[in-house]
Amino acid sequence: MIFTWNLADPDGGLAKEELVVGFDRGRPVRVLVLPAWFDEANKLRRFTVEVMRRLDSAGIDSLLPDLPGCNESLEPLEQQTLGYWREAAKAAAEALGATHVLGIRAGALLAPDGLPGWHYAAQSGPKLLRGMIRARTIAAREAGKFETYEGLTALGRVAGLSLSGWSLGPAIVSELETAEPALAPGQSDIAQSILGAPGLWLRAEPDEDAGQADRLGGMIVQSLAETAR
Amino acid sequence: MTTLPHTESAAREAAIDRQLKGLIADVLGLDAAQAEAFGPETGLFGHLPELDSMAVAGLLTEMEDRLGIVIEDDDVDGEMLETYGGLLAFARSKLNPR
Repeated sequence: MIFTWNLADPDGGLAKEELVVGFDRGRPVRVLVLPAWFDEANKLRRFTVEVMRRLDSAGIDSLLPDLPGCNESLEPLEQQTLGYWREAAKAAAEALGATHVLGIRAGALLAPDGLPGWHYAAQSGPKLLRGMIRARTIAAREAGKFETYEGLTALGRVAGLSLSGWSLGPAIVSELETAEPALAPGQSDIAQSILGAPGLWLRAEPDEDAGQADRLGGMIVQSLAETAR
Repeated sequence: MTTLPHTESAAREAAIDRQLKGLIADVLGLDAAQAEAFGPETGLFGHLPELDSMAVAGLLTEMEDRLGIVIEDDDVDGEMLETYGGLLAFARSKLNPR
């Protein structure tokens, strides 16, 4: 269930080894799962794997790769860029033989446009950045410092930013300021409202909700059945 | 300036209150009845250990989405975040600017 995949080094060095959590039984439909990022990744970790379990029960393979700089990856996060993550997501799709993609929250920003699939509660770059910078300005104010969104983004574009413990390089800060999820042909949005309960990324303390995992898994199964007709 | 009839403005106030309670319930994982018990003096930031700066940032960002408002850096201060009444007064002022 946990194995590795190799990502070619863009600088021509040794291929990088990253982990994958997968339900891989060699079945015809194989969903590449691109998880939420940063704090939301922690909040949605269990939910994400629970959805994968639902897909497994429905006879669908799913593969959740670590992208460089994320989760267990040994690559430094501050060197990552949105462009490189998009390439890595595409490389993972090829290496793992994915037939579909499920992008979760900001993960939807990386969905390879050659794969059909779903964007679940897609998050835009500006909203992600705004939330993380706001957490920093609120914490700064508690510490008696005054920081602003404008000041921090201007600094971030040049020198990068540390936001809630995540070190983002200047390139990714600039990229996030304008990154919007775009549906490629064969991809569709699944809004949180359809799951009938508040998004688990909102919770101050990570929580789980079997009903939401059932519904999201069910929607994917239904969508696959419709397109197969 | 036009004044809304009393009942209409009261209904609108109640709707803001309901939305805000719903949002806090979603962030804190409370059920509707627990959130319904929130009063003006109910403590938020600095009173509830799970409501840290990251959770507050998430709450404000979700408030912007659900209420259709923009919250500036200057808007965010201790008074607004400390109690439910402070947050409600802030939401009202954003929705009914004078």
